[in-house]
Amino acid sequence: MERIPILRMGRLLLVTIQVDMHDRLAMTLQDDLTARIVKDRANGVLIDISALDIVDSFIGRMISNTAAMAKILDADTVLVGMQPAVAITLVELGLNLTGVRTALNVERGMQMLDRSHE
Amino acid sequence: MTDIMPVTVMPVKTDEDVVRLRKHVRDTMVAIGFSLIEQTKVITAASELARNTLRYGGGGEVSIHHIDEFDRKGVMLVFSDKGPGIEDIALALTDGYTSGGGLGLGLSGAKRLVDEFELDTRVGEGTSVSIAKWKRY
Amino acid sequence: MSKDYSARLADIVSDNKDQLLDVWLAGLFSKLMRRDKAGDAEVRQKAAQFLPLLADTLKKSETLNIQSPEWGDLRQLLEEISQSRVRQGFTPIETASFIFSLKEPLFDHLRKALGDDSKQLADSIAVTSTLFDDLGLFTVEVYQKAREQVILRQQQELLELSTPVVQLWDGILALPLIGTLDSARTQVVMESLLEKIVETGSEIAIIDITGVPTVDTLVAQHLLKTIAAARLMGADCIISGIRPQIAQTIVHLGVNLEDVITKSTLADAFIIAMKRTGASINTSESRQQRA
Repeated sequence: MERIPILRMGRLLLVTIQVDMHDRLAMTLQDDLTARIVKDRANGVLIDISALDIVDSFIGRMISNTAAMAKILDADTVLVGMQPAVAITLVELGLNLTGVRTALNVERGMQMLDRSHE
Repeated sequence: MTDIMPVTVMPVKTDEDVVRLRKHVRDTMVAIGFSLIEQTKVITAASELARNTLRYGGGGEVSIHHIDEFDRKGVMLVFSDKGPGIEDIALALTDGYTSGGGLGLGLSGAKRLVDEFELDTRVGEGTSVSIAKWKRY
Repeated sequence: MSKDYSARLADIVSDNKDQLLDVWLAGLFSKLMRRDKAGDAEVRQKAAQFLPLLADTLKKSETLNIQSPEWGDLRQLLEEISQSRVRQGFTPIETASFIFSLKEPLFDHLRKALGDDSKQLADSIAVTSTLFDDLGLFTVEVYQKAREQVILRQQQELLELSTPVVQLWDGILALPLIGTLDSARTQVVMESLLEKIVETGSEIAIIDITGVPTVDTLVAQHLLKTIAAARLMGADCIISGIRPQIAQTIVHLGVNLEDVITKSTLADAFIIAMKRTGASINTSESRQQRA
């Protein structure tokens, strides 16, 4: 069964979403991420969506929920690389992804997570 | 409006169908010459509606139309199912995201992303939602 | 009567094709302000296509209603002509004259054919006149629609050229908006700002509205949506240059700017932006000594 790979870099988990996910795959990712946060004792999660050209409400909620669960497990989440067209559409849709911090790219995202753990 | 090309009908019965639909709508809109932002809005709306058809309508189908009027061209999608129908239409169209109410069907959000939106539903018989976007110059 | 009339007119057109063409073209060319070889050749070609197509349509069609499907091919030909006229910069009258210049020559032939029967002649001329009026008006309508599209396209291009996003510093963009903002223009401008944010990897965008006389609800909404979108992408926006009148309008409209940083001048906004990106400005020693 296909899964989205999760990379570990120290206490940081990096997920790069590169495929158009169907709902089941998104839910699997959510489960995998929360399991890994516990298993690897991660304190930061970086979700890279620079390759996604569509983010609908389901995926949006998945990301919000993941960040919320991560927070409960004492890990911060940063969402990076949202494309302009996706951002405009999400705003129009009314989804504001509260509780999720954002950064332009992976590098900035990592800096953000580093700063919050100093 | 008139169809200027044969209509494509696709099933909306599995998660994979939804992914296939997104790709097909993308290809169709690129062919008509829509901008990237217009494509993104419609595909996102289609994704929302397809999910509804799948989860609440018990599965159904979608037809994709190239539409044509004298001075403009566009795309229209019609999602239909033979599910339970929607009892409270007003509630369904309430903005679920900001108010926290609504039925979580994402209909009001999808409506904002397109130029035309029509909802036809009958309790116990089924639901049909059609959306259209015109290419702006 | 309609069917006989159509058939008769079709015959007149077919039988006198060459003569009609000559007189028609002479009349057409006399009405044009300016002419060139390529334009003339095109007109000749289209006119030569028009006559047999007209005869054909008259023979086959049940009706003289030019909007009906049987008249589709003829309408298509007229559309091509009108659109070409727009591209070449002809006036609406020069375009409609394509049809109207054919009236007189056709009437001449009708007179020759029906000279003896004054009632039939009168009826035929009346019906022909109406038909040609419909066709002429159709060409003008197509012309106008085509012209509108050209104008819209030009407006779009102007829009894109006239709203440059400026890179003030590493990671800081500025978008100086000038003039009145309408909904369409604001959207285009905002989209290009978001693109530039990605292209340059800038975390801060200063939207300066010093040069904007008024802001209405729609424009305010677009501004807010752009700021929200930029945030989702990982960038922040500062609005600068808000004049007292605009501040009043914003409050009256009930627009919520709580989450947005606003500064009255671009300079102040720039200082904030520099602090945020961790940069600082140092005056050189020689300058300090001079002061």
